Amino acid sequence: MTDEQAPKAASVPAFGSSRKASPAERAWEESKLEPTLAKSPDRNSDFTTVSSYPVRRLYTQADLAGWNAERELGRPGAPPYTRGIHAAMYRDRLWTMRQFAGFGSADDTNRRFRYLLSQGQTGLSVAFDLPTLMGYDSDHPLAEGEVGKCGVAISSLADMEALFDQIPLADVTTSMTINSPAAPIWAMYLAVAEKQGADWQKISGTLQNDILKEYIAQKEYIYPPEPSMRIVTDTIEFGAKHTPKFNPISISGYHIREAGSTAIQELAFTLRDGIEYVEHCLRRGMHVDDFAPRLSFFFNAHNDFFEELAKYRAARRIWQSVMRERFGAKNPRSWALRFHSQTAGCSLTAQQPYNNVVRTAVQALAAVLGGTQSLHTNSLDEAWALPTESAATIALRTQQIIAYESGVTNTADPFGGSYFVETLTNEIERGARDYIERIDAFGGMVAAIERGFPQREIADAAYRYQVAVDRKQKIVVGVNEYLVDEKPIETLHIDQTVGGRQADRLRKLRADRSSAEVERRLNSLCHAAAGTDNLMPHLFEAVKAYATLGEICGALRQPFGVYQEVAIT
Amino acid sequence: MPDKKIRVLIAKPGLDGHDRGAKVIARALRDAGMEVIYTGLRQTPEMIASAAIQEDVDVIGLSILSGAHNTICARLMELLRAKDMTDVTVLIGGIIPEADIADLKKSGIAEIFLPGTTTQAIVDFIRQRVAVA
Repeated sequence: MTDEQAPKAASVPAFGSSRKASPAERAWEESKLEPTLAKSPDRNSDFTTVSSYPVRRLYTQADLAGWNAERELGRPGAPPYTRGIHAAMYRDRLWTMRQFAGFGSADDTNRRFRYLLSQGQTGLSVAFDLPTLMGYDSDHPLAEGEVGKCGVAISSLADMEALFDQIPLADVTTSMTINSPAAPIWAMYLAVAEKQGADWQKISGTLQNDILKEYIAQKEYIYPPEPSMRIVTDTIEFGAKHTPKFNPISISGYHIREAGSTAIQELAFTLRDGIEYVEHCLRRGMHVDDFAPRLSFFFNAHNDFFEELAKYRAARRIWQSVMRERFGAKNPRSWALRFHSQTAGCSLTAQQPYNNVVRTAVQALAAVLGGTQSLHTNSLDEAWALPTESAATIALRTQQIIAYESGVTNTADPFGGSYFVETLTNEIERGARDYIERIDAFGGMVAAIERGFPQREIADAAYRYQVAVDRKQKIVVGVNEYLVDEKPIETLHIDQTVGGRQADRLRKLRADRSSAEVERRLNSLCHAAAGTDNLMPHLFEAVKAYATLGEICGALRQPFGVYQEVAIT
Repeated sequence: MPDKKIRVLIAKPGLDGHDRGAKVIARALRDAGMEVIYTGLRQTPEMIASAAIQEDVDVIGLSILSGAHNTICARLMELLRAKDMTDVTVLIGGIIPEADIADLKKSGIAEIFLPGTTTQAIVDFIRQRVAVA
């Protein structure tokens, strides 16, 4: 590719470039800096964050002219929450160590869950396979070859019961990464809780259920935006009434970042998605303080340590002002942005996979210093396969070492007051607010998605990044520098018989259940879907009758239609 | 007479929606002067073979990260043989275990590009391969 063809990076001023150097600083430049550079020039012409934002060589009080610590920084547990959302932060409670896991059958994953809990993880996180994520049963023709490969296969309540065998939902919190089929999957979880005798008022966990980012980045959509937003609003409304400790949504930037966005785009699109969900709930007639305390978020923890740290701080500061000023929320629990984070899968390499342990540790540290409530650390074999038990153990130990050996949990927001970190926080906030305004001008996020705006921003950023790596403007150790000849590592093999065994289970399930009851429940669901009833009670009855996920999601295609993306390359 | 542009179909087979790689490669190949058709998501092997014929492509690039590569490729190569399209170069980019690579190549996949491959390496491979054909 020629230089003319290379996409021009948006002309971005360096973080802190609008400041004025003091006479003392100018004197330092003349007497110390310039002679040093004359003898030994900078290693590079560009010093940028991973997102390609230029970074200056030094940050001082001049970068924070007009900055007021009481107003911009505050204290943890109080607005503007820059320093964290809990007054005591990690001194009274560590973040939840919540490792994403799932593969093969419900029995396989149940074993891995119980292993991770025995090794000290403090919450569960379920990865579902692609057929489940797309609302297909394991024996659907489109599921061939895909069952159990990227996560656990869950086709019915029977599978969900097996998944949580010997795991009391009253005592363990569970996060479920599921989007288009989130509502029926949640209905199955609630049915298991009921069977176990766990009180819905007390059970806790998170449903990802963030359909907007599917259109933007992860692409696991089924139905078009309007009916999909209706389903999400139904779950938030249902949760507000029946499961007060459960987070019905995890508004996500992780996937947006993995698709190649910059840190500012990740933050802006996530928060603007949040605004869209709040608006839909308000239009439904809900009162903001009834549901906002249970909105939760999910961010990426990427390589650039300080950029990530500043991003989380900016996130909290922006969200509390959105909730208070834009939406008039009165409950402080509505203002405090709670988030899970995951270290960046896209940054991990197939080459020299043990290096990934180091990458994950640095990324996890940024998330912890950024005040995350919950964390997943990736395994070293991320670029090859789902994690082996031993790789997953190292990933968990990474969190435990940070928690117990590094000392960073002794005090809240250790980097608060740093010239660089506060400048970066300000600039990331400014960049994110800019994007939020642009999306407002489109008429909101659904409108912006329909015009391809966030998708195009992400595709451009992803391409610019790849060009930089190909040209060695960004070094990736072991990939474009410091290569070795290597032997392949041991990886996890998914048993090829999973698909066949699932098909057998489904045959038996369909034979044992009452088809009349299933038909009745599916009809009632479709009738409700065509009207304005909240779908959750209908889904709950359908799953208890052992209607399968595929039958439920398939039935809803009639009233809702399916979404076709206009691909943007 | 100008050189005929190399025609490439970039496809996302199976259920997986992770399309960052497919889109970056499509753009890189276009910038390198090739004619690129991107199928979009959730293509079956039948849809891919059909598109390849319709678009009269020299190369099919499959983006597969889901672990379903053996099933997908077996079906696609069978369809290409049945439609007498064995002169089309078939490439894979994505997450493929080392252990599966040899069999995929035996089945007719020309090359497999794993994470860390540069876009230039793919451009060069296609140019060499299609020039020889």
